[in-house]
Amino acid sequence: MDFNLKIALAGEGGQGVQSVAEIITEAAYQAGFQALYIPNFGVEQRGGVSVAFVQVSREPVSAPKFTTGDIVVALSHRAVERVRQYVGEKTLLVYEAGLEDDVRQVYGERQRRLAVPALAIAQEEMHPRVFNVIILGVLVGVTGFLERRDVEQALERQFGHKFAQDPDLRELNYRALDRGYEIGSGKREVGNGR
Amino acid sequence: MATRPVTGEQRAFMTGNEVVAWAALAAGADIMYGYPITPQNEIMHYWTRMAPKYERGFLQTEDEISAGFATVGGVLAGKRAFTATAGPGNVLMQEAMAMAEMMRLPTVVVVTQRGGPSTATVIYSQQELNLTCFGGNGEGLRIVYSPSSHDELFLYTIKAFNSAWKYRFPTFVLGDGYQSKMREPVTIFDPEARGITMEPCHPMVGLPGLPGEERDPAHLRNTYNLEDELYEVLMTAIKEYEAIAPQVVEWDTYAVDDAELLIIAHGVVSRAARAAVVSLRERGFKAGYFRPVTLKPFLAETLRPLAARARNLLVVESAYGQLKRQVQAGLYGLETPVTGYLRPGMGITPEEIVEFVHAKELI
Amino acid sequence: MAIAAQPQMPRVWRAETKPHKFCPGCGHGIVLKALGEAIDALDIQERTIFGCDIGCSLLSWDFFNLDTVQTHHGRTTPVLVGIKRARPELVVVSYMGDGGAYAIGAQHLVSSASRNDLVTIIVVNNTVYAMTGGQMAPTTLPGQKTETTPYGRDASLTGRPILGPELVAAIAPPGAYVARGSIANIVQLKNFIQKGLQNQLEGRGIAFIEALSSCPTNWHTNAAATWRFVEKEMTAYFPVGELRTPEEKAAGRLQEVPPRGFQS
Repeated sequence: MDFNLKIALAGEGGQGVQSVAEIITEAAYQAGFQALYIPNFGVEQRGGVSVAFVQVSREPVSAPKFTTGDIVVALSHRAVERVRQYVGEKTLLVYEAGLEDDVRQVYGERQRRLAVPALAIAQEEMHPRVFNVIILGVLVGVTGFLERRDVEQALERQFGHKFAQDPDLRELNYRALDRGYEIGSGKREVGNGR
Repeated sequence: MATRPVTGEQRAFMTGNEVVAWAALAAGADIMYGYPITPQNEIMHYWTRMAPKYERGFLQTEDEISAGFATVGGVLAGKRAFTATAGPGNVLMQEAMAMAEMMRLPTVVVVTQRGGPSTATVIYSQQELNLTCFGGNGEGLRIVYSPSSHDELFLYTIKAFNSAWKYRFPTFVLGDGYQSKMREPVTIFDPEARGITMEPCHPMVGLPGLPGEERDPAHLRNTYNLEDELYEVLMTAIKEYEAIAPQVVEWDTYAVDDAELLIIAHGVVSRAARAAVVSLRERGFKAGYFRPVTLKPFLAETLRPLAARARNLLVVESAYGQLKRQVQAGLYGLETPVTGYLRPGMGITPEEIVEFVHAKELI
Repeated sequence: MAIAAQPQMPRVWRAETKPHKFCPGCGHGIVLKALGEAIDALDIQERTIFGCDIGCSLLSWDFFNLDTVQTHHGRTTPVLVGIKRARPELVVVSYMGDGGAYAIGAQHLVSSASRNDLVTIIVVNNTVYAMTGGQMAPTTLPGQKTETTPYGRDASLTGRPILGPELVAAIAPPGAYVARGSIANIVQLKNFIQKGLQNQLEGRGIAFIEALSSCPTNWHTNAAATWRFVEKEMTAYFPVGELRTPEEKAAGRLQEVPPRGFQS
């Protein structure tokens, strides 16, 4: 089975791009897939757009980076332009809903896309800090190759020490995950069997 | 009492830098000398956290020059000493490595290649092949391993200590920034669990017994007065290096028996090369792949018969001809054309290799 | 009755490699004698590792019945630091000239001093790069003629002589031993070196001893002029004496503020 998933994510430092990428890759590894995650960085280790590359497949991944993503996530104004090189005809562009105008301008009307009102949801229904977990949920929903259990375990591994100090945090994160999952699974076209 | 850092085999998901730290621990490395430079810093971060638990040492020196020379000191004292560096740090490291070559010292250096020359990028390249293989002011009597995965990074870091102490040539693990920073699955293991016995270490100074009375003192130097003296010393080392080469050299091949196009790559790029071959084969093209695992010694004899059968050779690397030059030098006399897909400092995907093959009609 | 005038050699000297390779009138032989006597007095021959640099100091690579490693220029101290960190029971002596210590090896000196590395460093100061033919060195005196200052060292262009022991004394933490001796007073020099070795044995800190020395070959001086240069002209710039001793009371900037929670 030729399962081969390539995801590129980009956002501002602090938006949690690397966390999302690490969690989804770790979850894939725990679920028995071959998974490879690599961050992108420049000489200035602070500032600049934060980019992450995730690949999941059944065979060992053949190169740490790729030319075209199956899914490309842009979470900030600068990120929208920054990820252009990874967006192909068939790429699903996932983006923060507030960037609608930027996306239209750079990618036109015909790009497959999914706007996610993650900022609004986080601020109005939950808490700004789980913004990236909503995005994580979206990706899990859209791709459909992970069990919820795998993702929860990966979340625990990443944030477990923080959850231990404040159990409400765990509940909050799981709610964010679910909310994102709802949005993502509604758009599911990529995932198992591809 | 220090326990063993790894027992049996353990599956893990970690970055390459972490893998190196664990491998050095598992190999019984006694002490690391180091200096910060991206992208190998985390090797030191992990080592300094774990080393005290297993009674291992660490010293952060004032630069790569002193890191290299302190590593020389560590092995002279009879300890498994190692260091790690990259880019401009690797340039500075060469002075100490030249001394190690001359004096046959079993130093181990992990190099995490970044863009070059000069500061360039901190990210990735395969541009330090020349430097790591030939960087001293001598003949390059070194052992250089080029791993392509975390499993190999772990294995060859352990092997590096063994090859260094067994053969007495400075030994290098030539990784790169991608491998350092990426996370992928790895199985870490206790060498004993895989039947690997660590080569014992012997001090070269501070030997037992009163020097001059109970034994001769060790008088170690790297300088000679006359051409003849030097020649004799060098030729002894060269002959020994050539004699051990067949035991040390490692390579990998895939689908070479009837290959019309032979793709040659090393390190992480070899994964893309292999995937490109698989992809070409699926569409009926007779492509094959050859990968040197040891860049030094570089045994052209293993490659020559394969290259002779092919119609075209394609060298793929993230440098501008550093591997290609070695291949061409080794295959001198062979008429098979050699093309290069040369992308200094850039990652390479299987798709672009396939595209290039078709664009240049190599098959 | 034959009274053969056999010079008294330190026990740790290796007879088979004598006479040594240094020039007539060279100060190295005297400094190495002082070192040899100090090693004998402390009875540490079995565990002393001797490291020498490039330049005339390299001629001492087979000088002693000691395990010896000749290194690269300026790199003797880091190699010995590497040995000491790997095997602290060994005693390490780093022997070099003023070029290796104050030019190419200066950053290693500064860092070792700051770290208070347990190494005994001996710097033979003869104001020139002798082995390579007598070029200006970090310690060349203003007005002194050398191969690269044929009209005399111009301090406005090339600076003034480096005061190595003063530099180490200024930055080394308490526990350091720093002194400057001279071949003109071998008893004092031997005592300084012995104290320097003692400092390492007792684990107190770095030991740094500069020895004012001679190079008639490159100074182009006769015996009388050689001694005059060492005893009068060099001491005018490089005062002889102890600059730091481990017993001193920490004062001023050197006062250690113990970290919070530190149990003294």
